[in-house]
Amino acid sequence: MNGNGWAVEIEDLVKTFDSFVAVDHVSMQVRKGEILGFLGPNGAGKSTTIRMLCGLLTPTAGRAHVSGFDVGTQPEEIRRTIGYMSQKFSLYDDLTVEENIDFFAGMYSVPRERRAERKDYVLAMANLTERRRALTRTLSGGWKQRLALGCAILHDPPVLFLDEPTSGVDPIARRAFWRLIHDLAETGHTIFVSTHYMDEAEYCHRLALMYRGKVIALGPPAELKRGLTSHSLLHLDSSDPLETMRVLESVAGVLDVAVFGGGLHVVVDDVEATSERVRQALAGRGIEVKRLEQIEPSMEDVFVAMIEAEERKAA
Amino acid sequence: MSYRRLRAIFVKELHHIVRDARSLGLALAMPVLMLMLYGYALSLDVDRIPTLVYDQDQTEASRDLVRQFQGSRFFDIRGFVDNYGAIERGVDRNRILMGLVIPRNYSKHVGAGRTAPVQILLDGSDSNTASIAKGYAESVVRDYSLELRTDMLNRRGGEHSAVPVDARLRVWYNSSLESKNYVVPGLMAVILMIIAAQLTSLTIAREWEMGTMEQLLSTPLRPAEMVLGKMLAYFAVGLTDAAIVVLVGVFVFQVPFRGSVPLLALSTCVFLFGTLFWGIFISTAAKTQLQAYQMGLLSTFLPGLILSGFVWAIESMPKVIQAITYIVPARYFVTIVKGIFLKGAGIRVLWGELAFLALYAAIMFILATRKLSQKLV
Repeated sequence: MNGNGWAVEIEDLVKTFDSFVAVDHVSMQVRKGEILGFLGPNGAGKSTTIRMLCGLLTPTAGRAHVSGFDVGTQPEEIRRTIGYMSQKFSLYDDLTVEENIDFFAGMYSVPRERRAERKDYVLAMANLTERRRALTRTLSGGWKQRLALGCAILHDPPVLFLDEPTSGVDPIARRAFWRLIHDLAETGHTIFVSTHYMDEAEYCHRLALMYRGKVIALGPPAELKRGLTSHSLLHLDSSDPLETMRVLESVAGVLDVAVFGGGLHVVVDDVEATSERVRQALAGRGIEVKRLEQIEPSMEDVFVAMIEAEERKAA
Repeated sequence: MSYRRLRAIFVKELHHIVRDARSLGLALAMPVLMLMLYGYALSLDVDRIPTLVYDQDQTEASRDLVRQFQGSRFFDIRGFVDNYGAIERGVDRNRILMGLVIPRNYSKHVGAGRTAPVQILLDGSDSNTASIAKGYAESVVRDYSLELRTDMLNRRGGEHSAVPVDARLRVWYNSSLESKNYVVPGLMAVILMIIAAQLTSLTIAREWEMGTMEQLLSTPLRPAEMVLGKMLAYFAVGLTDAAIVVLVGVFVFQVPFRGSVPLLALSTCVFLFGTLFWGIFISTAAKTQLQAYQMGLLSTFLPGLILSGFVWAIESMPKVIQAITYIVPARYFVTIVKGIFLKGAGIRVLWGELAFLALYAAIMFILATRKLSQKLV
């Protein structure tokens, strides 16, 4: 660990592929034991950033340190101190649970005297003790994912990079997985996790919203939500959502409208006055309002609002 | 180089090999199949040449001449006909390769001590076989006429006269001049080259395709450990293949084995190292398993068959092609295997070839490791 105590330090990190800028001057610092969530649409640069931090890609510009090691010049040291779970399930399907664990224990050179203990820990953690001799191919998604996590932490790495670990896993397994992540963080592991599930963002200590290669917001989930409190959010259910959207565009005080589930989320500056104007405008068009009330913004609202603000800035 | 990681890779690859029973079965059955197919099909022997006889003379003397052909293992008299048309039809339908025509007054000429012409018709569409058949036919006729002349001289002169010069031929190393003794050892070498490159050509491309490579790259695993570990696992299969091929050669094809088993084993190991590394190199260079498979096949099959000198003598190739054969490892291995099998050659004769194979293995190891390192970044 380096002197200033950050587990991960990123300074102006840039990665370009030909003319495409995948990661555009990203900077941040992550504490030991922190869960940092990378949020963003596909292609925002989450995986590329994680790959650079794992030493799998060489940064085009900028610097990053993981556990004090430079990702550009010390990839060997990096590989010993990190655990990585790639986006694609990447264990060997034709090996048994145990054989996969033994293989990765070999890869990370887990000391002989700790091997049995680490293996038992991973088997217990993944709830696979009973199925240790089963072929990995026969496991369901949630189990495979926990086994993959287990294989990535066999050497007890101080920093973990998980690239969309929960994609394609059912909600119950996802919740169990997040419990594991929190346990790991509590024992001092630093965890980078990317996801596109907004509900998962709430599990993170801090969030980095990535959009088009840039980090457009960075902070704890609650703080990011408060960032929206200069405005208020209304939930609106109506008989004709599409027509409603069109009508709302011309209503004074409506800052933004987004489709949310079967209804609409409407950003306004003054709840009372604007609600009244909305009701009147819709009544005038013969649209029935089923529900109109102020709600607490969700992470998705924050995310959508931030991206739209970013796009307005660009335009 | 970490022994732990090397062993982990080796064990993991063995698991892959054993779990994929179909590929393993194929890898073990292929060499036998190829050896059988090529070993029997690639016979270069010309014997039992199917022949029809048109004997216009029908005398004791003409029948004596036919008996000379019947007595030779090179000819198989399929029947007697009484017109040219039958011979022509026989050739056209590929039933015979040769027709022997004895003219009407053959015995008269012979009896009078004049030269008696006989006609030999050959199917020249396969020029190689035809020229060999021509040689055999000429030698049968020459021997017979020499015998007749000697008889005649003896009868006339009353005193005993012997054949003037009699060549006593002895063929070394393959005394019966059977082409299988020459083809099969070379074939073993070529088959091993094809199979060995096939074995490893998929192994790295598969990791890329499955997405497991990214995971491996995030671990401290080094390229040299991966290349060596994978090679050693497939080496076990390659060595089994080699043993099978040698056993089939010795017991099924009855090829004489005159040399040293340890020397053959040593050279086989060195050759397998090089070829397995070559397969890994291809696998690293290729983007997909399909591409790797095709590159593996292409880079071993044709050079192995054509440029190794296993059937077609390198000395009779154009100079440019000859130069290319020097970088085909099969060329050296073919020389080694033939030398050990047929001549009982030892290390003192074959060290040069062995040294080249070792050098080739070292170069291939370095190439494969380098190629893999490039992809790590």
